[in-house]
Amino acid sequence: MGHLLEVKDLKVTFALRFGDLTAIDGVSFTLDRKEKLGLVGESGAGKSVTGFSIINLISKPGFISEGKVIFEGLELQSLSDKDIRSIRGNRISMIFQDPMMTLNPVLTIGTQMIETVMAHKKVSKKEAAEIALEKLNKVYIPSPEKRLQQYPHECSGGMRQRIVIAIALLTDPSLIIADEPTTALDVTIQAGIMDLLIELCNTENMGLILITHDLAVVSQVTEKIAVMYAGKIIETGPTDLIVKKPRHPYTKGLIKSLPGAQQPGETLNQIPGMMPTLTDIPKGCAFHPRCEIHESVCTTKIPILQEAGQKDHLAACHLLHKTLEETNGAQSTPEQDN
Amino acid sequence: MFAFTIRRIIQAILVMLVISFIGFAVQYSIGDPVRDMVGIRVSAAEREALREKLGLNDSFWIQYSRFVRNATRGDLGTSYFYSKPALQVILQKAPATLELVFVTAMIIVLVSLPVGIYTAINPKKLFSKITMGISTVGVSFPVFLTAIGLIYLFAVELHWLPSYGRGATVNIGGWETGFLTKDGLLHLILPSIALSSIMLPLFIRLIRAEMMEVLETEYIKYAWAKGLSRRRVWLLHAFKNTLLPVVTVFGVEIGILFAFTILTETVFQWQGMGFMFYEAVERSDTALLVAYLVVIGVIFVLINTLVDILYGLINPMVRIAGTK
Repeated sequence: MGHLLEVKDLKVTFALRFGDLTAIDGVSFTLDRKEKLGLVGESGAGKSVTGFSIINLISKPGFISEGKVIFEGLELQSLSDKDIRSIRGNRISMIFQDPMMTLNPVLTIGTQMIETVMAHKKVSKKEAAEIALEKLNKVYIPSPEKRLQQYPHECSGGMRQRIVIAIALLTDPSLIIADEPTTALDVTIQAGIMDLLIELCNTENMGLILITHDLAVVSQVTEKIAVMYAGKIIETGPTDLIVKKPRHPYTKGLIKSLPGAQQPGETLNQIPGMMPTLTDIPKGCAFHPRCEIHESVCTTKIPILQEAGQKDHLAACHLLHKTLEETNGAQSTPEQDN
Repeated sequence: MFAFTIRRIIQAILVMLVISFIGFAVQYSIGDPVRDMVGIRVSAAEREALREKLGLNDSFWIQYSRFVRNATRGDLGTSYFYSKPALQVILQKAPATLELVFVTAMIIVLVSLPVGIYTAINPKKLFSKITMGISTVGVSFPVFLTAIGLIYLFAVELHWLPSYGRGATVNIGGWETGFLTKDGLLHLILPSIALSSIMLPLFIRLIRAEMMEVLETEYIKYAWAKGLSRRRVWLLHAFKNTLLPVVTVFGVEIGILFAFTILTETVFQWQGMGFMFYEAVERSDTALLVAYLVVIGVIFVLINTLVDILYGLINPMVRIAGTK
């Protein structure tokens, strides 16, 4: 017991015709109520698969091949289909990336809200509708009674994402997994949605896993960050430390490539190369072909997460001694920003 | 809804004008009906008088406008063979065809929906693979061959079912129905199976393909993530979206079914409009042919209007467009 959610050595495999592919390889983290964890990485790093594997909803032919997902004392990965369904959308809610695509276009918002309540609670349709109204009020949707009669296409993108958040709240879950919840929205609306999520997380006493490629967003709202690369967590720790004193060369690259890290007019920094595909992950450290400081050991030996100076700050790199010096030298940049 | 109805009526009128124009143009250019009507001995002067009397010497457009005017009054010309108003001949034959098409449509809906959904959900099951295999063969099999095969097997060899005609019918207010007698129903089985064999594989494949596509969408994944039951995800969330394209195709295909009745009815000697059309072609009964074209046109327009209304009921976005 203890933690709200504990993911232990999670391994997700896709059984393909030409053999098994490991999409997630030994991912571990914990989360408590009111805590917010940011899962960060480029496309294809395995962030979303990690999110979906928590509620055991990985698209076929993927499956959890090793490890445990312990949620409120239950081992989710070994639950029956029926039992996991009573967790999904009930104790753990998900928020998807594109609100234009997540709501069913041919069903009214009311139908889609009421069915969620009734799938998990023994209430009448009328009571379910009342719960729906209450949650719509919580996400600041004007005239919620009217919304229940409407179809998704009658609402704007920001409105739809608020509705999706309201649906996530319907059953008073203790964990929300938000997969790029603001990526598909206008910048002006993004901040509002993010603030709302954070506020609700605190007032409703929920844990939040925020899956995103946007380090800037994560650094503002989360307490913890886990950086993923090619199916592994390569650096994790308190948000402050990760942002200000990153130790893994990949994390450093991500932070350097944020717009704002350089003078106006300068070209943006970028990490050379691309995330490897699952079929040809490089030997040794998966990041080494893109790493500026890699040595021969990086090409043969897989690095494991180890303490990187401070408590709870872990990084998987053979050359942490080297990155420390660099960090101290380059530290001035983020501080100037503040 | 009002604007929608008005628009549909205008569209229907346009479609009917085009169909009647084509029909009339064919009849006009096929030749001189007077030659068919009178014997060799009738003199040229008498023929000319008859032409004048029938208005055949008027220009094409005057004749066409007269044809349209008559048609709006329900007069589609006179069948040369039956010496009766063409519309009356067709309406006598219509119940047989309508009943055949109705039963066929029922077979298609009742079989293709469950089979299509099942094969989409379980693409790897043996049943799905066999169904897909058979449907590929079925799509490429001509209907008259299927019909002859069915007759040979069930009528000639096994003697289970009658091979031709409608059997005993009951007349209800001028509508000859085969639904109310056992004999009539037995006679319906083979023709309707033969007729459905063209569309059924197509619809199973269509529903399966659409359903599989819908099952991959974000909103279905979201429905699973909400913890809904399989029944609800499959039969409400996925199925309702699957229906949209299927309903549209269904409307068009049911219209085409009427065209296919010509083959099926001929093979089974089914006394409907299709068989009548076949006979009319052999007898060069052009007035009847044109009348048939117009009636089929009306049926097409009616079915497609019904389908559009149905589509609007399923798809909320169409309703919005309609109210503007």
